[in-house]
Amino acid sequence: MIPGLIALGVLVVLILAIVAIYNRLVRLRNRVEESWAQIDVQLRRRHDLIPNLVETVKGYAAHEKGVFEEVTRARAAAVAAGGVQEQAQAELGLTRALRSLFAVAEAYPDLQASPNFLELQEELTATEDRISSARQFYNGAVRSYDDARETFPSNIVAGMFNFEEREYFEVDDPEIRDPVKVEF
Amino acid sequence: MHPEELAERNIRRSRWYLLGGGLVFSAMAYVLGTLWFGAGPLPGVLAALIAAALTWTSYWESDRIVVASTGAVPADPDDHRRLHNLVESVSIAAGIPKPRVYVVRSDALNAFATGRDPEHAAVAVTTGLLENLDRQELEAVVAHEVSHVRNYDIRLMTVVAVIAGAIVLLADWSFRAVRWGGLSGSRRKADGVVPLLVIFGILMVILAPLGARIITSAVSRQREYLADVSGAHLTHNPRALADALRKISDSRGRVRNATHATAHLWIDAPLRPRRGRGTEGLSWYDRMFLTHPPIEERIHRLELLGA
Repeated sequence: MIPGLIALGVLVVLILAIVAIYNRLVRLRNRVEESWAQIDVQLRRRHDLIPNLVETVKGYAAHEKGVFEEVTRARAAAVAAGGVQEQAQAELGLTRALRSLFAVAEAYPDLQASPNFLELQEELTATEDRISSARQFYNGAVRSYDDARETFPSNIVAGMFNFEEREYFEVDDPEIRDPVKVEF
Repeated sequence: MHPEELAERNIRRSRWYLLGGGLVFSAMAYVLGTLWFGAGPLPGVLAALIAAALTWTSYWESDRIVVASTGAVPADPDDHRRLHNLVESVSIAAGIPKPRVYVVRSDALNAFATGRDPEHAAVAVTTGLLENLDRQELEAVVAHEVSHVRNYDIRLMTVVAVIAGAIVLLADWSFRAVRWGGLSGSRRKADGVVPLLVIFGILMVILAPLGARIITSAVSRQREYLADVSGAHLTHNPRALADALRKISDSRGRVRNATHATAHLWIDAPLRPRRGRGTEGLSWYDRMFLTHPPIEERIHRLELLGA
């Protein structure tokens, strides 16, 4: 009788623990997905702005063909990219192409004074900021999720229900600031 | 510590402060009601009920009340596009919805955040701040305020402010009641109130508001360091916040609409005396009432992070 009750008690505690850990893993995974959606929204916004930008700059600097082709090609690659790592690579290419476009634009005072161009530039800068913020949040979400997936005892539950590893959205660009380590 | 744990701890703390503060307040209301307005629990209970209703509404309406009391106006999305963009991008990094954005017309360099949770939050900056800070410095200040929102500091500080305000108000009423002759009248002798209760009442009226202000200040001081660090973490740029704080510290202006009730919400103490800004000259007594850590110390800590 008593050993039976003890066994039952242990079983109940075990099940409750598994449920709690499972729910936590699901919450963490959902946060990874939500934050990826946020990145996606901002990337799409960026892709949408670029054709306008190219048209505007063309109006003032028609003979800088190489740069336009480069930007258009990089944009197409970014739109077509699938998967976290591939997307990150393609976006990095696009960032570099845009940088050279803005560098070219420096040489055209008329263009620099165009309200349309200034507006696009501001919008793109803001979008880049949001992408970098969204990336930071996404990577944090992935880190929490992967930590939970790999540490004891949640790794057992993660294994039971097949929680898959998620990739960081990483950009290997020295011009992008390194995160500061902060401990509370 | 992880931001979520930080937030959870602040939510728990808010509950305790609300509970503890509510108890202190109810006890005060009861003792004082009995003392000044005669025997029987009715006046005290009534006072406690009114206070509870007041506290409740101030809690749910806190963001609107604070925004209104500082004279902040919604920031125009076109005129203040950069500010809106910065708030949005920093909020994304913090993983919270974009707070409402306000501007306070003032030459002073200052900013604050308020609200009860990230879904009901507001961030406000002075026009002086917008004019004097560059983009990175402004971003750093915004990140400091957004950290307050994400970490639920705004709820903790709102709760503390509301409770402290209620206690101060009650003590104030009691002083007035005494002046109107509650204590010395012959009615009191007829009621036969225990002298001990009178002493207790007097002590409460003197000590409770003092205690409330000390707690408000201590909570606020500690939150500021933390928001500096989390803000720097959000933007990866502790140096920009240090630069911003230096400019804020050197500025001459003062926020006209800041009061003791909202002083602890601002990024830098809005009521701090302009002469002798350091804390060296202050006694331990004055230090207890500082709502903000010395700005030099905050800058120093940020520089250590950036090194």
